[in-house]
Amino acid sequence: MEKLEKLESLREAYGEELSILGEKNKNIVVLDADLSTSTKTDLFGKKFPDRFFNMGIAEQSMVSAAAGLSLAGKTVFSSTFAVFLSNTYNVIRQSICYNNVPVNFVVTHSGISLGEDGPTHQILEDVGIMSGLPNMKVIVPVDAAETRRVIDYLSKKKDSPYYVRLTREKFPVLNDSNYDFHEGKSVTFRDGKDITIIAYGIMVSFALKAAEILKNKNIDVRVINMSSIKPIDRDAIIKAAKETGKIVTAEEHSVYNGLGSRVSEIVAENYPVPVKRFGMPDIFGKSGKGMLLFDYFHIGVNDMVKATEEFYKEEFK
Amino acid sequence: MEEYNPNYLAGIAKEIRKKIIEMTYTAKSGHPGGSLSITDVLTVLYFKEMNVDPLKPQDENRDILIMSKGHASPALYATLAVRGYFPQNILNGFRSIDSDLEGHVHRGIKGVESSTGSLGQGLGVAIGFAIASKLDKKDNKIYAILGDGEMEEGNIWESLMAANKYHLNNLIAILDRNRIQLDGFTENIMPLDDIGEKVKTFGWDIINIDGNDMGEVISAIEKAKKSKNKPTMIVANTIKGKGVSYMENNPKYHGAPPKNEEEYNQALREIGGI
Repeated sequence: MEKLEKLESLREAYGEELSILGEKNKNIVVLDADLSTSTKTDLFGKKFPDRFFNMGIAEQSMVSAAAGLSLAGKTVFSSTFAVFLSNTYNVIRQSICYNNVPVNFVVTHSGISLGEDGPTHQILEDVGIMSGLPNMKVIVPVDAAETRRVIDYLSKKKDSPYYVRLTREKFPVLNDSNYDFHEGKSVTFRDGKDITIIAYGIMVSFALKAAEILKNKNIDVRVINMSSIKPIDRDAIIKAAKETGKIVTAEEHSVYNGLGSRVSEIVAENYPVPVKRFGMPDIFGKSGKGMLLFDYFHIGVNDMVKATEEFYKEEFK
Repeated sequence: MEEYNPNYLAGIAKEIRKKIIEMTYTAKSGHPGGSLSITDVLTVLYFKEMNVDPLKPQDENRDILIMSKGHASPALYATLAVRGYFPQNILNGFRSIDSDLEGHVHRGIKGVESSTGSLGQGLGVAIGFAIASKLDKKDNKIYAILGDGEMEEGNIWESLMAANKYHLNNLIAILDRNRIQLDGFTENIMPLDDIGEKVKTFGWDIINIDGNDMGEVISAIEKAKKSKNKPTMIVANTIKGKGVSYMENNPKYHGAPPKNEEEYNQALREIGGI
């Protein structure tokens, strides 16, 4: 039996938090590329029109101008859909990351949970793209509460650029309002001794549900929220490898270059144990109801239960 | 026009040109052509028009210059060194493994505001600075130096629109119209035609000048500084490789230093270095 979940929008939490921070911090400026009513930066824009810049459908100049504003000392948030920010890879690479300016990119509508807009918009590669850039840090908040804390944290940070990946769909609330975000630290939502699922985003909720089901099969699953993907919590990963012997990674992202790759690298270098990467194979998404697409692509809760159980029972010699 | 000493500025430009030749010849690589074309503009900016102080490189009211055509690093580095931002002997290390003078413009160098090299980004970066200055009610000026080949980049046209939208009269773009890009002449690679007219339709003021005539450069910048509500682009018609006869208007020297000692000595002789 599934409990009734409380769902909340991460992008709305972003827009709300930004407009609260804008009150106290007059140094904050926000840029968007004609998607502010969807990314929710319009909440800031309506309150502080002088510090809100709608750059039009022109992501390259938005990112370039973000670099200039940041170099001039402003606290910059820049938003669009995740897929469109990747238009500007080389602008981010040179003007943001090589300059090492503390621009905060907060992008929405990532992954297949975006739904009906389809594969052109459902980016599943961005965590890999952004993690590969020197100086760039990558965070995927798990719920609205974590989103608020991350945005608050970034409004005070001045040492590097950040990529914060949000979604269109409302996600289950997992943290209470006392939650505090710590960069580079994971949160163990559920302890377990048999196997660990390390996840981010919606996959943390899936993993908690899968763990309940697997409990009935006498498999004790640890569930870790790895919202800080770069820097990543190496200690928690190595500890999980030592204590549970097997690790499943789960992400709404390609299994290439995402969390699965990062965890595999750390495990392989430090304490080799079998790792199963659960996520999108090397394919594009499709149109459909966002939450139905997970089952369609065999990356839903039941698929996670099956994959974890099989992997747990599999013997490696 | 304010009083200025043309001989003084001409002497500075010679010194900078000589250093461009020395740097690229020593490094056996680099981009002398587009450095020599923009030297007169840089000389006017750093030795007459810009409010900058090498002793206070982070002064909050300083004018800002973004060298969007980052391959003209020899020209910018040499200008900064001659202006006193760092010792001139540092220029000898250009492009070498034990030097901070990276091949393309690098923000780690004193006086450099933003790293550039991948083209098309500097105008947008300058727009960010210009917006910030307006928010902070500063009356400093923001300069962006663009290559003409660079005008082929889409980001430039996005940024041209944004500068118009935000009425950035504190932004002065200077287009180094030397008519040559890496593969050859701009009009053969991708015709720019009357590029100033195109930019004008994007809401900018345009001033056409001979960009190797420092008197004209000064007049244009002083006019641009007085703009009430529009960004200005100064279309500086220049000669690529200006000052070295075998480099002038020769696409080969976009990204190649003097080939041998004979060419090296000839270049310095023609510039008036020795």
